[in-house]
Amino acid sequence: MARLTETRQETGTARTLVFDVPGWPGHLAGQHVDVRLTAADGYAAQRSYSLSAPDRVELSVQRIPDGEVSPYLTDVLGVGDPVEIRGPVGGWFVWRPGAGRDVLLVAGGSGIAPLMAMIRARRLAGRGTRFRLAYSTRTPGDVFYADELRRPEPGLDVTHVYTRVAPDGWPRPPGRLMAADLGDGPPDRDCFVCGPTGFVESAADLLLARGHDPRRIKTERFG
Amino acid sequence: MGIVSPGFHGRRRESAVKLPPGQYLTEDFPVLSAGPTPRIPVEEWELTVTTETGRQHRWTWRELLDLPSETPRVDIHCVTKWSKLGTDWQGVSLDVLLADVDTAADFALVSSYGGYTTNLPLEDLLDGQAWIVYRYDGEELAPEHGGPVRLLVPHLYFWKSAKWLRGIDLLTEDEPGFWESAGYHDYGDPWREQRYQGD
Repeated sequence: MARLTETRQETGTARTLVFDVPGWPGHLAGQHVDVRLTAADGYAAQRSYSLSAPDRVELSVQRIPDGEVSPYLTDVLGVGDPVEIRGPVGGWFVWRPGAGRDVLLVAGGSGIAPLMAMIRARRLAGRGTRFRLAYSTRTPGDVFYADELRRPEPGLDVTHVYTRVAPDGWPRPPGRLMAADLGDGPPDRDCFVCGPTGFVESAADLLLARGHDPRRIKTERFG
Repeated sequence: MGIVSPGFHGRRRESAVKLPPGQYLTEDFPVLSAGPTPRIPVEEWELTVTTETGRQHRWTWRELLDLPSETPRVDIHCVTKWSKLGTDWQGVSLDVLLADVDTAADFALVSSYGGYTTNLPLEDLLDGQAWIVYRYDGEELAPEHGGPVRLLVPHLYFWKSAKWLRGIDLLTEDEPGFWESAGYHDYGDPWREQRYQGD
């Protein structure tokens, strides 16, 4: 059983939730949890959410307008309220500090969540693994963790890709992710791609075309 | 019953149909895979069934199409909680494919182009329960849904229905596949909600 202890509004439609979970065994960056909600009459619904921090049970939830679970988590759940959380789950889409190889992260929309856990895990580990993040959102207002990603961090390169509206003076016109957005580093990196299906499909194809080893491209899709 | 979430009422879209526990209905067709989508030209596609004695049986794309096909209409259930009802497929029953394969094996380890694997009891592939399919909803099976050929085992969670099917190893002992080695359930019956190890 988890209890909500802290929340932060990420964007106009997304909220970050921090839970206290007694007996939590710990987790790896990239793993997810199942959240189960139960109504007073016993009706239950559950969904999976990626953990967005490596050292605490933190979820960033994007509200889906006609969703069943996400509007409750973003708009209704209050500090102190209980929620059933099961996990951690998933042992594939994970980054382990000490993996050694440079890392390329490619996020679409709320797909940033598990990748943010990796960025934070890298920071906690204090090691020199080089990370590059290409983060695609519709507009600047849709960027999760905006302040944190704006702070300079040695060894972490962040590229924002805006598909609909870019800030004034932004050098790149709004449009879909392209090969040039992925940087020009050598392709011998571990790649993690997370986002909506169409985004992940095209991003993974771009990585393959740039010569990345398909066995080192891990993907996670939603929607 | 679990702990009540104050103020949660739910939408109960599934009240009209019976779904496995924890599942919700979807109308579209979500894509889930662990890596990039392999794109295999049909002229290069080949299926190999290897028995426990090492005997190999092979089918090319053309040979597969020459086998008698069926058009199952089935419900499918993904461990990520979506269910999709009345999906239409075309393909070859595993009963046809394995009819002339001499085996005493109890287990199958299915493998894909791209390196994915998943395991099932052999009996779950027989008796009209499983197909290898190459058409979905009247069209050629799209690469992101496992084209040119995927396995279809609708009575188990859909991660057992391996995409980009390449081989089936018939084994006398069970051997966990990709997700089964990463904490997911060995069998995966949606009606018993066998999602993870220990369920």
